Amino acid sequence: MSHFTHISVQIQDFDFAHEYQKLRDSNDSDGAIVTFVGLVRDTNLQQSVSGLFLEHYPAMTDKVLNNIVEQARDKWQLGSVSVIHRVGQLHVSDQIVFVGVTSQHRQSAYQANEFIMDFLKTQAPFWKKETTAQGDRWIEAKVSDLKKSADW
Amino acid sequence: MLTILFFGHLKEVLKTESIQVDLAVNSDAITTVSKLRNMLQSKGEMWSEYLAYGKALVAVNQEMTSDATVLKEGDEIAFFPPVTGG
Repeated sequence: MSHFTHISVQIQDFDFAHEYQKLRDSNDSDGAIVTFVGLVRDTNLQQSVSGLFLEHYPAMTDKVLNNIVEQARDKWQLGSVSVIHRVGQLHVSDQIVFVGVTSQHRQSAYQANEFIMDFLKTQAPFWKKETTAQGDRWIEAKVSDLKKSADW
Repeated sequence: MLTILFFGHLKEVLKTESIQVDLAVNSDAITTVSKLRNMLQSKGEMWSEYLAYGKALVAVNQEMTSDATVLKEGDEIAFFPPVTGG
């Protein structure tokens, strides 16, 4: 095996152990793997949430995710990178997103992982609509997320 | 022809997923994103409100861009609210 970039936008769930193993098996030179998993929460803006519908702009999503990973590779010496984002109907505690990064030492992997998530949240064309007892509502973008990606 | 797409909240309030627009209608040619935005905003109250500059982001051929971008035949233009993935 050798270093890889894996990007997938999919309806089906992903298996964390499997994704982790693929990163681990990809090479023997990296000493660090940092993974992040985002989940559907049961509460947002003080209202209980029962589910989430994720829409995206397919032709653009792949381009943007690839571009974000390329930017991360320009900034840090990375080994393998895996980004998986789900779309469609999700329920409370479902997995939404997986970002896994390997590098020789931990610092690059930590930073690159956070960088990829911060840019994914402000650049990748996904939109969330949540289901609450009061009806469905589109989630609004957070200024704090924009600020975080601008900080890089 | 230009293909215009709408996503997220915009698609619902405008009740439109995609439309085709002629690049050159009489003398009022749609040469930039800004001109296209103005033309679409004239379609009604909801269009005017939800496509307002700063409220709806825009991508041309799947790349996020600004209103100054020059349009050409066959371009795919998408309008959408700020993104909320992750």
